[in-house]
Order: sequence, then C-alpha cells, then structure tokens
Amino acid sequence: MTPFDFSMPINPAALTLEMLVAALGLGVLILGIISPKGARSGLGWVSFLGLMGIIGVAITMWGQSGELLAGMYLLDNYALFWKITFMVAAALVILGNMRYVDNVGHQAEYYSLTIFATLGMMVMASAGDLMTLYLGLELMTIAFVVLVCLRKKDNKSVEAGMKYILLAGMSSAVLLYGLSLLYGLTGSVIMLDISRIIAMQPVSSALVLALVMLIAGLGFKISAVPFHMWSPDVYEGAPTPVTSFLSMGSKAASFAIILRLFITALPGVWENWAMVIAILAGITIIIGNLVAIPQTSIKRLLAYSSIAQAGYIMVGMVTASEAGIKGVMFYAFLYVFATAGAFTVAAYFYNVTGSDELKDYAGLSQRSPLMAAVMLVALLSMAGIPPLAGFVGKFYLFKTIVDGYLWLVFIGLIMSMVSVYYYLRVALVMYRDEPKDPSPINVSGPVTVTLIVTMLVTLIIGIYPGPLSEVVNSAAHSFFLH
Amino acid sequence: MDFPILLTILLAPIVAALVLVFVPKEESLTIKSVAAVGTFVSLALSLYAYFTYDQSLGGLQFAMQIPWIQDLGVTFFLAADGISLPMLLLTNLIGFSAIFASWNINNRPREFFILLLLLIAGVMGTFIAHDLFIFLLFYEVVVIPIYIMVVIWGSSKRVTKEYAAMKLTIYLLIGSAFLLVGVIALFVKTSAMSGVPDMSFTGMAVVAQQLSGFDQIWLFGLMLLGFGSLISMWPFHSWSPDGYAGAPTAVSMIHAGVLKKIGGYGLVKIAVFMLPAGASFWAPYMAVLGVAGVAYAAMGALAQKDLKYVVGYSSVSHMGYVILAVACLNVIGLNGAVANMFAHGVMAALFFSMIGFIYEKTHTRWIPDMGGLARQTPRLAVGFMMAAMASLGLPGLISFVPEFTIFIGAFDVYGGLAVVGIAGIIITALYVLRAGANTLFGPPRPEYDHLKDIRGPEMVPLIVLGTVLVVGGFLPSLLFDMINSGVVPLHAAISDVLQLGGKL
Repeated sequence: MTPFDFSMPINPAALTLEMLVAALGLGVLILGIISPKGARSGLGWVSFLGLMGIIGVAITMWGQSGELLAGMYLLDNYALFWKITFMVAAALVILGNMRYVDNVGHQAEYYSLTIFATLGMMVMASAGDLMTLYLGLELMTIAFVVLVCLRKKDNKSVEAGMKYILLAGMSSAVLLYGLSLLYGLTGSVIMLDISRIIAMQPVSSALVLALVMLIAGLGFKISAVPFHMWSPDVYEGAPTPVTSFLSMGSKAASFAIILRLFITALPGVWENWAMVIAILAGITIIIGNLVAIPQTSIKRLLAYSSIAQAGYIMVGMVTASEAGIKGVMFYAFLYVFATAGAFTVAAYFYNVTGSDELKDYAGLSQRSPLMAAVMLVALLSMAGIPPLAGFVGKFYLFKTIVDGYLWLVFIGLIMSMVSVYYYLRVALVMYRDEPKDPSPINVSGPVTVTLIVTMLVTLIIGIYPGPLSEVVNSAAHSFFLH
Repeated sequence: MDFPILLTILLAPIVAALVLVFVPKEESLTIKSVAAVGTFVSLALSLYAYFTYDQSLGGLQFAMQIPWIQDLGVTFFLAADGISLPMLLLTNLIGFSAIFASWNINNRPREFFILLLLLIAGVMGTFIAHDLFIFLLFYEVVVIPIYIMVVIWGSSKRVTKEYAAMKLTIYLLIGSAFLLVGVIALFVKTSAMSGVPDMSFTGMAVVAQQLSGFDQIWLFGLMLLGFGSLISMWPFHSWSPDGYAGAPTAVSMIHAGVLKKIGGYGLVKIAVFMLPAGASFWAPYMAVLGVAGVAYAAMGALAQKDLKYVVGYSSVSHMGYVILAVACLNVIGLNGAVANMFAHGVMAALFFSMIGFIYEKTHTRWIPDMGGLARQTPRLAVGFMMAAMASLGLPGLISFVPEFTIFIGAFDVYGGLAVVGIAGIIITALYVLRAGANTLFGPPRPEYDHLKDIRGPEMVPLIVLGTVLVVGGFLPSLLFDMINSGVVPLHAAISDVLQLGGKL
C-alpha cells in the first residue's frame, strides 16, 4: 500500500480540461445572473461554443498519460476518449434543444447544470480511486436530479425528479456499502492497490457481497434489468433534452467507471462476476426489447430501447479484455449520436405539437422529411441494421464473447432483430400514414445542423469505421498501461 | 489504376437517388427519367463487364481493393467472377425493367424511386463484394427500403400490406441474425487460427476450410438457416407468397427476381466454399428440403386463385430446384444452380411485371375474374405467356437448359429424390397453363373491352426481359460458359474435402 505522498508536485496542466469545464459552468451561471432576461437564450451558444473549444483542447491532449496523487486520478487515452464523448454528447444536446429550453425557461440553470453534470462524468472517467469515483458520480447525479424536475410546474416532471432522487439515493447507498466493504477488505481506496491486494487473498464471502453491492449500485445507473424500473418513468417525465443527456451521457459515464472498477480493481475475481454480468446482459436485452414493443409514447419507447442498448454494451464487459473495452467504447460513442438524433427529433416535435405520442407522428415524412429520416436512421442504428454504425458496434461487441458465451450472441442478435419490429412501427407511422395536420414543420438552423450531424456520423461510422476504430483501439490499449 | 467499372455500376443508382432528393416532387416525369438513366448506366456497364470478362483467364476480374477496417481485416474489395457476373447482370436487367414497370406510380413518386434505386444498389453490392463484412453491409441494407415500399405502395388483398411487410422483414431479419452469429463465430475462429484477421472471401476460405468438422457443421448450419430463409427454402418459405402479394410490382420483381437469389449465391460462394466439410454433412438434408419445397409449393400454387400467389408459390418451388442443385455439390449441379437462379430471375420478373400491369388495368388479380384478356390486351398476353412457358421449362426459352442440368447433376447423386423433383415439373405445367388459360384465353369479358394494351415505356420490361428469355434459350452457352468459368475453380478448391465428407 502506498501512502499518499503529498509532497509530490501536482501538474495543474494535467487537469486543464476539468478546470475549463468548471470555469465554463460557473461562467454560464454568472452570465445568467447578470444578463437581462431577453438575452439569456444566448447562453446556449456560449455553452455550445465553450464546449466545442474545450473539445478542441482535449483533442490536442491525445496521447497524455500519467497519474495524479498516487493513482487517485488517472490520465490516459481511455479517460480522454470518454471525456470527449461526454462533451460531444453535451454539445449535441445543447445545440439541438435551444428552443425547447427557451420555452421551459431557467436557461442559466439548465446550461450550467448540464455542464456540471458533464464535469462529473469527466471526473468519473479519470477516477483511479473509490473516492474520486463517488465524487464524480454524485456530482453528475445531483446535477441530473435538478435537471429532471426543471419543468417545475409540470407534475410529471416533478414526479420524475422525486423518483430519481429517491432511487438514486438508494442506489448510491448500496454502492457506498459495496465500496466500503472493498476498502475494509483491502485497506485501500486506490484501485491499482486493491487489485494487487485482492490477488493475494482467497475470495471471501464478504468480497462476494461487495461485488453484489457494486453490481446493484452501478446497475441502477446503467438501468440494467432488474434495476431498471425507474428509467421509463424518469425518461418520460423529464424534459426531453435532459432525457436525452441522461440516456447517453449518464449511461456512458457509468460504463466508463464500471470498466475501471471491475477490470482495474477486480480482475482477480473475474470468474466471480463475469457470468453474473453475462446473465444480466442477456436479461436486460430481452426485457428491454420485449417491453418496448407495446409502448405508445415515443419517449417510453426510447427509454426501453435504451435499456436494451445498455444490455448490448454490457456484453463488452464480460471478457474483461482489451477487445471488450474497445467494443464498449465504440458502441457508446456511436450510441451518443443515435440517441441525440432520436431525442432531438422528439424534443423538436414536442415543441411544435406538444405531443410525445407515437400516433401523432403520423405523416412526419411529409411534414418534415429530415426529421423522419433522422429518426429512422437513429432507430435503425440502434437496431444494428447495416450500413449504420450500430451494426459495426454490435460486431465489435459480440465478437468478444463467441468463445464461451455463444448463447449470449444468439440472444443479442436475435433480440436486435426483434427490436426492428417496434422501430419499424415508428417508421410505419411516419412514412405510411397521412398527417392529420399537413402543415410542414420548419426546422430551425441549429436543430437542422444537429440532425444532419447525427445522421451523417451514424452513416459514416457505419460505412467506414476504420478511423474511429483505430482511435478507440489506442484508447482501449492505454487502459492496461497503469 | 484502371477505370473502376464495378464501383461505377454500384454508384450510378445511388447518385441518381441523390439527384432525386433535389428534384421537386411534382416533376414526376423528370424523376422517372433520372431513375431510368441511373439504372441504364449500370445496365450498360454490367453488359460491358459481362462480355469483356476474360473467361479463359477466369478468377476475379475488375478487382478493386481498399483497406477498410484494419483490426477486423476488412478490405473494401469489389471483384467479379463467373458466378457474380450473371447475378450482377440479372440485377441490372431487372432493376432497369422495374423502373419502367413502375412508370404509372403517381403517389409520392420521388420517395418511391429513391427507395427503389437504393434497393437496386444494395442488391448489386452483395454480388460484387468480395469481402464478408462488406457483403453483410449490403445484405441487410435492402430490408428497410422494401419495408417502407410495401407499406406505402403495396396492396392489401388476402393479407394486409402491413402484415405482409412485417412478415417479410422479420422473417428475413431473424434468418440473418442466425447468419450473423455464424459469420461472427467464423471470423473469430479463423482469425484465432491464422493470427491475422482477414475477411475477404478467398483469404477467409483458405483458413476456414481447415476448421474442424464439428465447427464447420454448426457454422454451415447457421448459414444454411440464414441463406435458406432468404431463398425461401421450405419450411422457411411462408414469407414469400404473402410478401410478394402485398408488395408493389417493382418490389415483387426485384425480390423474386434477384433478392432471394442472394441466398443461393451466398450458399454457393460463402457457405459451401468456406465450409466444405459442413456442406457435405448438410447436403442430404438440403436435398430433402429442396425437393420438399418443390413439391409442397407446386401443390400450393395449384390451389391459388390470386395471380400473385400463384407466382409466389411457383418461385418457392423453383428455388427448391436451386437448393437441390447446390446440395449435389458437383460442378454440374452448381452450374445448374447458378444458371437456374438467373433464368428464374428473368422469368419471375417478367411474370410479376405483367401481373402488375394486369392489376393496374383491371384492378383485380383474381383469376376467375379475368376472362380472355388475350383479345383485349395482346401484348400483355405475349409477355405473360412467355414467362409462363419459361416457368414450365419449355425448350427454346431460358429455363430449359438450367433445369435439365440440375436434373442431370441431381440424378447422379440423389437418384430417387431427383425423380420426385422432376415430377414437380408436371404440376408446374398444370398450374401455369391453367392460370394462363383462365386469365388470357377464356371468354372475353365486356367490361375489359376498353382496356388499353401496354405501350410506350410500359413495353420496356417485356422487350428487355423477353429478349433475354429467348436469347438465353437459344444460346445457353452465353450463360453457361461464364458460370462454368466461375464454378470450376471454386469446386476444385474444395473437391478434396467434399470427397472425404463431413462427419460429426
């Protein structure tokens, strides 16, 4: 066990990204207070451009590696890739939903909390010890609690916020219990040390209990079955942009931390958790897809589909290998674009029509061909239909488990074809039906850009995944270098 | 670098589709012309490729390779050999004709032709891709345009078009899920064995042929399930009659004409070639399923009164011959399989386009309601009867020689089963002639006297496909020499394993 060496110099430049994001969040908050009410819709642009700038800085930092504070904070391409993913997600959510947010009001709070949630995710991606992990997780969760009930005059939104805070609190408690057991067993909070100490001990029942707690606590965050009950209600009640960010950002960040925790700290007991994760992944895929079938609200449909997506991503954890980590990161990245596309359409549609019901999407292909096309592409990418990105993503994920978990490959691929059934129901309504109100929907500039970007990225990664695949390989490789 | 002819063939319809996005949606004639030009470019170039292919040299020609995904060993590899060129040509013949068979579509024509062009490009891609991954990209891309086309422009008769579309889609996707499991497992196993991932057909096959008998058997089984459901192998055929009945004419033409042939093409060029030991294990079962399909679907066709159902069942029945022929695993059989796919494609497309026109004009497909259309619409009747005669294998038309070849190949290997298969021809003759007689040569009905015969652009499917029917019938060597130059080297590469046979 290495005690903290506080005399070690800390290189503040290593934390540039986190500091910039924190500054941006605070800046937006202050700007919101000092700017007149009419000018606050400009805050969206400030946040968006700020995030884009920070993404630019992040790209120049590619290749950095190191540890801060004796392994509390890990810097590598793995963390950096996740950070870029989160910021891209946040930027897309902000760009695509400015009008929605203007309608709700509270722009300053909305934008700054979105940025703080992003900061929490970034801390999670770099967390090298249990405390940092928890810190990042709570920073993200608390920001989300406020965001979920942002539409404070809407009962559904407030109800969703209550549900989220209660269940998030409970799951945090379970997670903390697991973390403290882990600390009790090993006497360390640093993941790398925990890994070394566990490798020397026999597997005790307390450790198994800790594992169960960790899986349950984090399973809540990624809404894996059976810890998924909260997510359809919260997704439905929350303002759509928040739902969107919750389903991509929060989920991706939780996967980032799950990989770190299980593969960095707990590889010694791999055989104790691999099968559990595999079974949970299977159940999650099945339940998520089957329950999505009868949904009539587009947001609930997307909520269940995102449960199923989490199931696919879990597949990559099972082997605890570089290839698996690569699969998770690749899929999470493209999932961000598919989700952003689908939810931006849903949010914009709600803005225009005030409805989230699937039946009101009738004739969308005639009212706005772009919105219908983006929705279709996003959904089909989630279903894994080539040549869209989801297909390549699933290929990377499932190829890791062919040896040993062939049954899960069958479940995953057959259920993704079943999922086409409900995705195509959306297509049916949008393309076949005649619109009740045939007036065309004019899509505003920033939204058009968001939609086209998400669609093009989904298509390009699907057809030519080579470059992204190289980047993710390098990120996954850096995971094991500590 | 030479002129990338295959890439141009592949991209022409896609470019046309992109152009259509910017054509105003009211300009119906412009839209159709752009689509026709796009497919004509592909057709002309694929004719050029077909006749400049050097058969004495054989192997892959017009090849083009770009490294694509490094860690999966994927290359964007387009190439054509003696098996893929006939299928490519077939796709373009039918694609070009399908544009004209849809000339009278006036409900949202722009969307229709964009989807149709994407569909054609997707089908072409599967035939010229020489990399398993790229093949898969094209393989499933076709499913979604078809779904949308059926639900918007399809027709509800015995089953609703929504039902037909969903059945078609889900059946094929579930089939392809099994195929995907097989492909992913094959990829993992071959790259573990060789250490270098390689997904090109040839590169993968070299390694895959060394896999243990057991692995080959279950992997082949999965592929058989996937490709088999696409080629409507009995008992996975039930999507086919319903799907064709619900689909608009162009989709029926392309689906029955070329799309289901991807199943047979995949069986020959991927499953049999890569997993020969698996193939020889499954061959007897395939033969039984093939013959069962021939007999069952022919009986089914006999009982139908809806023209599209007759042709739908008949196509299942004809595909039974293809499966039987593949199951022979000898050069004659494989030649027959590929040739029969070509022949049936031309014939089925002509059939569906004629039925489409009949339905457009009479608003019915119900055979007893037709009377004697031959007097009222003689040109339509010519097309219909040519397709019908080809379907029952009349010498002088394109399907005679392929079917004959199949019987020779199958008789050698399966004896009695082949006899049952041959007997299927009699039933085919029965239902085809009966449908023809009751539709065209009965007493003319006065309410159809005002019908206009097909003319102008509507004649294109009849001329294009009819010419191929006749030329292919009189000069079968045009087709067979080409196919043979592709099948012989493929068979030579696996004949040792085939002789040993696959054992569990």
